Amino acid sequence: MNDITSEEARIAPTPEREGDTARMNMIQAVNSAMDVMMARDDNVVVMGEDVGYFGGVFRATAGLQKKYGKTRVFDTPITECGIIGVAIGMGAYGLRPVPEIQFADYIYPALDQLVSEAARLRYRSAGEFIAPLTVRSPFGGGIFGGQTHSQSPESIFTHVSGLKTVIPATPYDAKGLLISCIEDNDPVIFFEPKRIYNGPFDGHWDRPAKNWSNHPGGEVPTGYYRIPLGKASVVREGDAVTILCYGTMVHVVADSVAESGVNAEIIDLRTLVPLDIDTIVESVKKTGRCMIVHEATRTQGFGSELSATVQERCFYHLEAPILRVTGFDTPYPHSLEWAYFPGPVRIGQALKEIMKDA
Amino acid sequence: MTGDHQRANRPQLSLHVPEPKYRPGDEVDFSDIEVPAAGSARRPEPGDNPSEFHELAYGLVRVLDEDGKAVGPWDPRLDPDSLRTMLRNMALTRAFDERMFRAQRQGKTSFYMKCTGEEAVSVSAAMALAGDDMCFPSYRQQGILITRGYALIEMMNQIYSNKGDKLQGKQLPIMYSSREDGFFSISGNLTTQYPQAVGWAMASAAKGDSRIAATWCGEGSTAEGDFHSALTFATVYRAPVIMNVVNNQWAISSFSGFAGAEATTFAARAVGYGIAGLRVDGNDPLAVYAATHWAAERARTNQGPTLIEHFTYRAEGHSTSDDPSGYRSAQEWTKWPLGDPIKRLKDHLIALGEWDEDRQAAMDQECADLVRKTQKEAEKNGILGHGLHQQFETMFEGVYEEMPWHLKEQQAQMIAEEQASGRPWDRK
Repeated sequence: MNDITSEEARIAPTPEREGDTARMNMIQAVNSAMDVMMARDDNVVVMGEDVGYFGGVFRATAGLQKKYGKTRVFDTPITECGIIGVAIGMGAYGLRPVPEIQFADYIYPALDQLVSEAARLRYRSAGEFIAPLTVRSPFGGGIFGGQTHSQSPESIFTHVSGLKTVIPATPYDAKGLLISCIEDNDPVIFFEPKRIYNGPFDGHWDRPAKNWSNHPGGEVPTGYYRIPLGKASVVREGDAVTILCYGTMVHVVADSVAESGVNAEIIDLRTLVPLDIDTIVESVKKTGRCMIVHEATRTQGFGSELSATVQERCFYHLEAPILRVTGFDTPYPHSLEWAYFPGPVRIGQALKEIMKDA
Repeated sequence: MTGDHQRANRPQLSLHVPEPKYRPGDEVDFSDIEVPAAGSARRPEPGDNPSEFHELAYGLVRVLDEDGKAVGPWDPRLDPDSLRTMLRNMALTRAFDERMFRAQRQGKTSFYMKCTGEEAVSVSAAMALAGDDMCFPSYRQQGILITRGYALIEMMNQIYSNKGDKLQGKQLPIMYSSREDGFFSISGNLTTQYPQAVGWAMASAAKGDSRIAATWCGEGSTAEGDFHSALTFATVYRAPVIMNVVNNQWAISSFSGFAGAEATTFAARAVGYGIAGLRVDGNDPLAVYAATHWAAERARTNQGPTLIEHFTYRAEGHSTSDDPSGYRSAQEWTKWPLGDPIKRLKDHLIALGEWDEDRQAAMDQECADLVRKTQKEAEKNGILGHGLHQQFETMFEGVYEEMPWHLKEQQAQMIAEEQASGRPWDRK
């Protein structure tokens, strides 16, 4: 896993003035977002396993403790339930905690605190107490992480009223979205697709890895900027089929579309809840076809919700059944990772299938 | 691999499943419960290292003796006015419970939980804290709100989910919240408040504040992972927090043995974490006060957290949805060796020559009258199930700070449904 974790990670450059940009990978962009927010707001605190002195196993918090001190950036005991519970208490005090869960696969011990507490606190106290947390967590596979370092559990959280779920696909989006999340007064699950921390991955695992240096999304303002939550991004315009995706799959889809020659419209959802329904509906009504791609397991994955929603709103515009391209309903396999992963072959076949009567 | 012939020589295993001593109809004999003499527990300095007073996690801090005298080093030496205030807070809590329990039985609300017999655990603790210390209670510490002077009518409005309910009918009865009174929103899930209290305390310390946090849970829910996560965080960061375990012997129908009481005390959980641990007679209001005051001093001087087990008894059912006659002997409460906290404080005041039975009777009457009068006022705001008390569309408010499109859409659907059905809510 080392080649994509720490080699390229460095602390993002300190902003000189608003408007400057720098080349950043996604780790640096995430780091820069926290840096900018910690400088702007004394109440922002960063906590989690190994995030302090060491700077996190993926180096996302590197340098922050040195800059902001141990009471604002600190290591925690290995109890995810405790990390989130403590963060909720800190939020009730008036802080703006940014807890890191080291891998999304480790988030389950914190479920009760996230679902029954963070997500419900504003509602149950009629606004007296809020939980302005941003829970950062690397998620997704493609790094030979096996079943405990590869999962995509986003639909567990999109199902929970009171939570927002955000997933970036580029360094530029990661920073702007993370700043919006930290400023948001509701609890947000911010899943970072770790396969693209160091470069956009096109799904061809057997080809040399790319980095962000030649990708437009790797050009990141060094200062403060926001990307609003609930706004999708149309990363490729087209009129043949709408492809809904997020995270790593945005890049895999883009490559498969280029190879197929299909004039697809690719929408990077960026925020799953609240969903940018207008962008989706407008696109599907234009193209008449809809394909959904995610790495997570199929049954009741977020694609199920997207498929139902598109069907309800665009049925009379559809010229083919909505297709889902997903991971299989198995635990994430270690050695057969690339057979599990919804890569170019699975996406390519689905593109042919959905376009066959066109 | 071990073969069957090798296993044949080993002793047969058996599984231990705890069983309480007494079931319905049984004669109760609590003489096996060790009750150390009042005043016999030593009182360390609040700054002492927890390793120096481990025995306090296994003993029982008691101040009031059988003659109603306050004895020993833990006597907080409160003045008579404070003692009378404490007595009235407990009496008012009990009167409130009686009235609201009956209101539930009369169909005026869905649910209620009494704290009968456990009044000292919340009232005396709240009196020993500063008014702006932050409390993260479980569902049986209504005495904190009453002690802090929260208006009874607000509690009743919440219980009735009526139009005066500050929580807009969104929470189960008795799950109060009052930020102004340092009272965190109560969750129905167990012990989730423990790590939250530790987090609040850590934030207070990180900010150089002077306020501390206190939290409560039952002995049954010390089994939750949250409890142990909280103790770990509390000891690691020496958080200024007081963690109270209300050992009232019963978690619905499961006796304390299912949380580990057959093996050790709940205060002893502190020992493994290196946290100060005190086991306290929870029906002794002065012992609860003294222990809380001591723990607060520790917390306020950066000496870290304290775990206090309050050894008490749940005199009533778990809630209005529970009938304890189905699983425990009715004699338990009458034979409870540590008595009734209200009676014990009353006897103490009488022994001091600062109180008498007539004044007690008058105070009880005054509390009952106040509660009844307040109830009438509260019921003017409505009772649960009688008509529409909240704006219909508020169901969708407060899920998020700003309402997203999908909730707006569902809200519109609900309003359309209500119109289509002839506005049944308005007719009631």
